[in-house]
Amino acid sequence: MYILIVGGGKVGYYLTKTLINEGTNEVLLIERNPQKVEIYTERFGSVVVQGNGDEAATMEKAGAGRADVVIAVTGHDEDNLVICQMAKKRFNVPRTIARINNPKNEDLFRRLGIDSTISSTNVILNLIEQLIPQRHFVHLITLRHGDLAIVEGVIPADSPANGRTLAEIPFPAGVVIAAVMRGAELILPTGATVLQEGDEVVAVTKREQENALRELLLSA
Amino acid sequence: MGCGRVGSQLAARLDREGHKVGIVDTDARSFRRLPDDFRGLTIVGTGIDDDVLRSAGIEGADAFVAVTEGDNRNIMAAQVAREIFGVAECVVRIYDPAREEVYRQLGLDTICPTKLVSSLAHDRLVAAMLARRERR
Repeated sequence: MYILIVGGGKVGYYLTKTLINEGTNEVLLIERNPQKVEIYTERFGSVVVQGNGDEAATMEKAGAGRADVVIAVTGHDEDNLVICQMAKKRFNVPRTIARINNPKNEDLFRRLGIDSTISSTNVILNLIEQLIPQRHFVHLITLRHGDLAIVEGVIPADSPANGRTLAEIPFPAGVVIAAVMRGAELILPTGATVLQEGDEVVAVTKREQENALRELLLSA
Repeated sequence: MGCGRVGSQLAARLDREGHKVGIVDTDARSFRRLPDDFRGLTIVGTGIDDDVLRSAGIEGADAFVAVTEGDNRNIMAAQVAREIFGVAECVVRIYDPAREEVYRQLGLDTICPTKLVSSLAHDRLVAAMLARRERR
């Protein structure tokens, strides 16, 4: 696979390094700053091109036409957007991935045709959220299309779900209970599974049902 | 969006013509380019932020013009205006001709000063040379 990375900041640097070490892909990094290009070339060899990744001429020189993936990881959302759109529309790159610095832009990028987005701010927020103790309902991950999420809830004693079978709980359409963790035991639940206090329930849910699910699992 | 020389001149003109105008720029000092009798709204902030655009009155706006120095900012803002706020007429300045071509094909109403100025200059030179040849 030919992977083109635009933006040689911390993310771009470590991404390039990781992909090169994996050794299975052809990788090229485009970076604007000539000094960085010099340092990276010394470390990685001739897989770094100096130039503006949002300029068609630079992309052309970097062989965007035969790239399988373009990953835009500069610190500017507007640049990442244009890099991915140019890659897609002008060079017919099948897959584009954009880093998003302002979480507000996640939805916009999806609407504008970027295949995948990574919001570093949101990723960090989610990770921290999972680490904060005493949280009963945690959003674990948003799936690729953005409409689906995996969430985890811990059943409190006063939960309306405590002591009921899954079949008895009026889950809305678009919610699937994927797993129940009870202590060290992992239960792949059926309708007959009875939820208990302390159960960690992992669910795949449409995002618009996230709040309804929260109310069903926790006390209202 | 963008209160540079072009943005300020355009905003002042539209204002004089009786349109309701809002103008956004990241630098408050840019608004000094506007005439003293400018009646429009001036908002400090980046036009790629939907909240900033909202406070400049983009909801219900008939037209949006992006003329900052940054091609990508202009492109992104124009797409926000069109896709999020449904603004019918979005004019966007793009200096890079290759980029301009792509976004024109994508349906943005683009202006490429690079192409305009170079072709104007070219035409004038050709005209001047022809005139000189005729005089001989």
